[in-house]
Amino acid sequence: MSLIYLDNNATTKVAPEVLDAMMPYFKEEYANPSSIYEFAKNSNHAVREARGIIKDFINASNEKEIIFTSCGSESANTAIQGVLNMNKNKRHIITTKVEHLCVLNLYQTLEKQGYKVDYIGVNSNGELELAQLEEAINYDTALVSVMYANNETGVIFPIEKISEIIKKKNKETKFFVDAVQVAGKIPIDVQTAGIDLLGISGHKFHAPKGVGALYVNSKTLITPLIIGGHQERGKRAGTENVPYIVGMAKAAELAADSLKYELSEVKRLRDKLESGILKKVFNARVNTSISNRVPNTTNIGFEYIEGELILLHLSDLGICASSGSACTSGSLEPSHVLRAMNVPFTAIHGSIRWSLSRYTTEKEIDYVLDVLPGIINKITALSPYQDELANLKQLRS
Amino acid sequence: MWDYSEKVMDHYRNPRNVGKIDNADAIGEAGSLACGDSLKIYLKIENGIVTDAKFQTFGCGSAVASSSILTEMIIGKTVEEVKKITNKDIAEQLGGLPPEKMHCSVMGYEALEDALGNYDNLTDLDDLRDEKKAEKIVCTCFNVTENMIWDAIKQNGLKTLEDITNYTKAGGACGKCKGLIQDIIDTYYKKEESESQQSTLSPAQRILKINNIIETQISPELRKDGGDITLVDIDGNKVLVKLRGKCSGCKNSHLTLKAFVESTLRDTVDKNIDVIEVA
Repeated sequence: MSLIYLDNNATTKVAPEVLDAMMPYFKEEYANPSSIYEFAKNSNHAVREARGIIKDFINASNEKEIIFTSCGSESANTAIQGVLNMNKNKRHIITTKVEHLCVLNLYQTLEKQGYKVDYIGVNSNGELELAQLEEAINYDTALVSVMYANNETGVIFPIEKISEIIKKKNKETKFFVDAVQVAGKIPIDVQTAGIDLLGISGHKFHAPKGVGALYVNSKTLITPLIIGGHQERGKRAGTENVPYIVGMAKAAELAADSLKYELSEVKRLRDKLESGILKKVFNARVNTSISNRVPNTTNIGFEYIEGELILLHLSDLGICASSGSACTSGSLEPSHVLRAMNVPFTAIHGSIRWSLSRYTTEKEIDYVLDVLPGIINKITALSPYQDELANLKQLRS
Repeated sequence: MWDYSEKVMDHYRNPRNVGKIDNADAIGEAGSLACGDSLKIYLKIENGIVTDAKFQTFGCGSAVASSSILTEMIIGKTVEEVKKITNKDIAEQLGGLPPEKMHCSVMGYEALEDALGNYDNLTDLDDLRDEKKAEKIVCTCFNVTENMIWDAIKQNGLKTLEDITNYTKAGGACGKCKGLIQDIIDTYYKKEESESQQSTLSPAQRILKINNIIETQISPELRKDGGDITLVDIDGNKVLVKLRGKCSGCKNSHLTLKAFVESTLRDTVDKNIDVIEVA
């Protein structure tokens, strides 16, 4: 069996059509889009066209609201610092305990600079505690920042509802949504959802690494993070990365076309994998709510065994997944997301995230379901918690 | 992706001596489920010789590999020999571990120490338990005691907070104990300094010290470039060494010898040392 890639929340393969669309901008159309001569016309138009495609991809009202960046982290940093710099008199920020580290670490830095940050918790299903959020908003709140869906659990947060709560409590508070994990998986509509700023990253939906976008609505002012030339209407200096911008636009088009497939076929395969594992492995549990998830993700905890060892054995068979266990990351604590959810400590260290894509096949899922029980049995046999495992087996049979 | 050695991979793929011994003469434990790794080791001891050893491990690839190789290392050895095994020996037998994973070898050592402790005190198990309780916990997140940190510094020559975390996990979670750990490091080196000032090294101590520095400070640097070094003999101030791997025959080996090996030994042991390469 060749490679079976079930780690698409980490990164995705570049779609062949995307690479084809990019190639001319490496080879022939290498002009700087800002140049005056005729030769620059094509690259200039390509960036303009890409901006239109990304605008449609998230249903922004105007192309001017799209800023191209280098990645999701840059989009988030630009949005957050940009808003705060424009609202110097406000010193309060609200975010969640389960944000991506690119956002969490930035907030920890801002706390050191004197900002007050409230971190909203989640319940054991991974769903946001909206009452906490509502209570936290006050006159001083500059920004609320919530991810659209969590990268580890796939749980989608009620963005539209959160926006309503914010606008009800403080009309001046800006709303930034880190949408890196939903772009290409579910439809995004920034207008209906009432989003002020939204970040996406190309490599999560089959564009290459190194390109992202930030939506900033026309009512929201930000300062640039990267200061220099006039590119991106002064919001992000640096010569436009034309081939990558073209690639991301192509990937967005393809993703928009396959949204239906994501919500039906990818979801079906994810559900098949999930229910298959639960059926075949007695010490497996789904760590999250099973409704309200992006269609490609499931997070499964294997009790009384450790995640890295599972991944190493899977890797020996060419299967790629990821784990929230401490050992995998090199940090010593398990994932902050699973801890915020209070996943029992019997399961947290053995939690595996499986994330599919539209390239995942039924045959691949069947193969995983075929080999996984053997791997889990082998590792379970090593565990010092044989009595606990025997009890669990009895309980679940 | 961890850079695991072939040996580590072999041992987590095919762990040896898995399971438990029903009528074991000594059982040792280390780690806990909550902390993310734990190990239980069972020993059969006859006439002062470890005749059988088995293990059960909850943990990552390197934790399983450390436990597995440890059982291989102790079967057939006398209890006295087994007592001399440290975490460093475990890591070495595995062909090295990534720095962040050294705590897996420490867990093996701790379980072994626990087993031998309760073998020695078989009649006084309750005393032993009380004694354990009285030990001062430094890192409450991972239940790491002052003695465990002290041992890790001593056995591995650890110098920094980061080292301590890599080897014992202490300070790796909430970080509240980092100040305490730094105090322990400072105290340790103050003590060592005053000890070394008080007494000049005996010939045996001197050999050990030179060998230790070659192993912990010099050899790892050379290995990074694909070479290595072994101590052949010590004759007064002359330290005879053999360069291996890419170092042997390298045009710059003379430079390595003088500028790095010799200067390191002069700085740490004796400024009169001369390093000489032998074939």
